[in-house]
Amino acid sequence: MTPELPPRIDRRLAIKWMLAAGAGALLADRMALGAAAPAPAAARQGYGVDPDLVKAHKPGEYWPLTFTDAERREAAALCDMILPVEGDCPSASALGVQDFIDEWISAPYPMTAADRRPVIEGLAWLEAESRRRFGSGFADSSGAERLALCEEMARAPAEGSEPSAASSFLRRFRDLACGGFYTTPAGMRDLGYVGNVPLAHFDGPPAELVAKLGLAAEVRW
Amino acid sequence: MAYVTPSSAAEAYDVIVVGSGAAGGQAAYTLTMDGARVLMLEAGRNYDPGSETPMFQTPDTAPLRGVATPDKYFGFFDATAGGGWTVPGEPYTNAAAEEGRQFKWYRARMLGGRTNHWGRIALRNGPYDFKPRSRDGLGLDWPISYEDVAPYYDKVEMLVGVYGTNDGLENTPDSPEGCLLPPPKARIGELLARQRGRTLGIPVIPVRRAVLTRPLDHKTLPARLHPGNAKAQRILAEDMQSRAACFWATSCGRGCSIRANYQSTTVHLPPALASGNLDLVVNGMAREVTVGPSGNATGVTYIDKATGREHHAKARVVVLAASACETVRLMLNSRSSQFPNGLGNSSGLLGKYIMDTVGASWGGQIPLLENLPAHNEDGAGGLHVYAPWWLYKEQRAGKLGFARGYHVEFGTGKGMPGGAPYLPDADGRTSFGPRMKEEARRYYGSQVTFTGRGEMIPNADSFCDLDPAVVDKWGVPVLRFHWKWSEHEIRQVAHMQRTFADWIEAMGGTNARRPDPDGTKAILNGGFVIHEVGGAVMGSDAARSVTNSWAQTWDVKNVFIADGAVFASNADKNPTLTIMALAWRTADRILDEMRRGNL
Ligand SMILES: Cc1cc2nc3c(=O)[nH]c(=O)nc-3n(C[C@H](O)[C@H](O)[C@H](O)COP(=O)(O)OP(=O)(O)OC[C@H]3O[C@@H](n4cnc5c(N)ncnc54)[C@H](O)[C@@H]3O)c2cc1C
Ligand code: SF4
Repeated sequence: MTPELPPRIDRRLAIKWMLAAGAGALLADRMALGAAAPAPAAARQGYGVDPDLVKAHKPGEYWPLTFTDAERREAAALCDMILPVEGDCPSASALGVQDFIDEWISAPYPMTAADRRPVIEGLAWLEAESRRRFGSGFADSSGAERLALCEEMARAPAEGSEPSAASSFLRRFRDLACGGFYTTPAGMRDLGYVGNVPLAHFDGPPAELVAKLGLAAEVRW
Repeated sequence: MAYVTPSSAAEAYDVIVVGSGAAGGQAAYTLTMDGARVLMLEAGRNYDPGSETPMFQTPDTAPLRGVATPDKYFGFFDATAGGGWTVPGEPYTNAAAEEGRQFKWYRARMLGGRTNHWGRIALRNGPYDFKPRSRDGLGLDWPISYEDVAPYYDKVEMLVGVYGTNDGLENTPDSPEGCLLPPPKARIGELLARQRGRTLGIPVIPVRRAVLTRPLDHKTLPARLHPGNAKAQRILAEDMQSRAACFWATSCGRGCSIRANYQSTTVHLPPALASGNLDLVVNGMAREVTVGPSGNATGVTYIDKATGREHHAKARVVVLAASACETVRLMLNSRSSQFPNGLGNSSGLLGKYIMDTVGASWGGQIPLLENLPAHNEDGAGGLHVYAPWWLYKEQRAGKLGFARGYHVEFGTGKGMPGGAPYLPDADGRTSFGPRMKEEARRYYGSQVTFTGRGEMIPNADSFCDLDPAVVDKWGVPVLRFHWKWSEHEIRQVAHMQRTFADWIEAMGGTNARRPDPDGTKAILNGGFVIHEVGGAVMGSDAARSVTNSWAQTWDVKNVFIADGAVFASNADKNPTLTIMALAWRTADRILDEMRRGNL
């Protein structure tokens, strides 16, 4: 009686997919996602196949969140190491990215559920490491101390060896934080996305740019 | 007349149309505009694009930033309601467990069906595509030719609005004057792909999509579409004026609240309802086409999903437009003493020759497109250009190792971010902080993805039948799929990927690796491209087909099929424009035959 479901994917593919989702937004969505379908949840209580698409949703609305207050503070601090304030672009935490990550790891879908343990365990490890080295939790350490820890986690694995758990955690947390940040209007602006506004006509790329890339002869219509 | 319930519906109609998607919408439009009284049964819920479309919503207002989940496979904002790869309460099965031998079935349960979120790519089949067997000895010929369908392609293009150009390319038909709307300007990455594609001999031209790049010409088109029918002309002229042109923002897959692209709910159904001749039952799931002692259909038994109760509606003619596989299922489930193996199945071919489109993708990053100045690339909410199949000569000469072609769709540009941006982390270090943000800006919009869409040849191993054990929520037997790709599709996929990798190099990009020459590694499961057609193929011989050239079942003369089930081949061209053209042609035939008293 089980309904047929798209093929299962592993976590590596899920991560790739998360990236792909950002990269090819102009593709028919199918193209970006066709190669790696999200796998089914065994027991699921997601938002279902007919949610209200128009209203604004808040993390926690469909499934309970996971972070303790301390974890949320720590996640926010780590988000801001990855995406700090710059000029008039707000930091990730100011945009609520830590709440998106909490929503993500708390969700009942397989690709999100796979991130739950690594994120919780990674945050616990980072907190303990920070206390061990600096005598204070990650969020309460100095900027320089936080940077030192992150720089270490960010390091490439030595030739021929697998990345450490800490560096895998940072990589995944970074991708999640970017996913949360660049999908907000402020993050999109920071990236250079200037669409989502109605226009009277579509002019195509600027003529100087077309000329610079040697493509003027291609403009036929 | 308008929305009705089982109890307020009339006793009898001229025609019952099952399904409200591209096929049902077109059939009901043509029939009602010409005065026939139609009852439409739609299994899904009512759907109002005007109030339900998330036009400018950004992903931060959606759960999980709108990314795809098993509940919403194409992302939260995609306009699929009530279904996807699974429809609650309505399972289907596969005979084989292995990947590659499976068929995946994407369904929506909403008024307008899958036309609310389809990609709007609206290509004509060419002359070769109706006579493939005559050309290479494989598959099936249609009993009709391009010339039979061409006038209906013209009409559908004029009615729904399709942008594109006439390029005079082989087996890629031009449209007569006045059918097409101007194409949108190409994006920068599309221009680059065009220039570099030429070095590989690949032509890149504007694609055709059902999007209004300017308002429809309401002064001349209604008279061309409905000559001598003043009422239809008036209704259509009014309706055309209430459809806005595209405002170059938002993704068409979410649907379009300003009605600038084609959805059955925004284009076919409003004038059909305005005609006063359409009654519409939503949440009404057709279970069986009933047949009387004469052997003619008497009507349709359907389930009111709200109450679970069964009702029966009577009509002179039944038009099946539930989408190819649902139509086959409904026919297989319409068993009677006259038709113990299902209605229309005396040939034993009902369910046979299911086809999908062959699909594979390959992407890369293009340094030339890095760090380009920000400019708006939203455009027409989907692709602007494509490459039609270009190797007819080589294929005829037997140089390719596979018999049928593919076209190439591609995606580039700085679209609305839907997740994390591309970050190469080239040195193995995880980039973060201001440096990472700089990299994100640099690489944003520098990726290109090529997607092949190829023709599958119908084969004896790809079909559906009723599962002997499994039933849906209402106790109705469900479909069981059988699937196998042939060498032609597998080699075609390998060719696609090789071509795309070459193309990326021609654009100055590098491939992280070369594609696997074994096409079985890249080919998607059947159904994955969601262009499923066939199952009740049309033909010129009642022993070897399910319908005649008018999509009229050989066995029951007042049952017609308006959807893709009748396709005898599945060209690389996406099927929906052809579905609509054939539905119009079939509806015209029904009107004629009713007038002549033959139905
Ligand atoms: C993401 C996506 C992108 C696509 N892009 C393109 C594209 O760019 N170009 C293209 O040509 N095609 C595209 N397609 C395919 C296109 O959507 C279909 O070819 C088209 O919708 C088929 O029309 P239809 O009327 O046969 O079926 P549908 O649109 O599926 O409509 C069938 C309707 O019938 C109803 N129904 C089913 N069973 C019953 C029953 N027993 N009783 C009553 N009602 C019933 C369903 O609920 C549904 O509403 C795409 C599809 C998807 C999913
Ligand atoms: S891009 Fe144009 S046609 Fe598509 S949804 Fe937006 S306004 Fe409508």
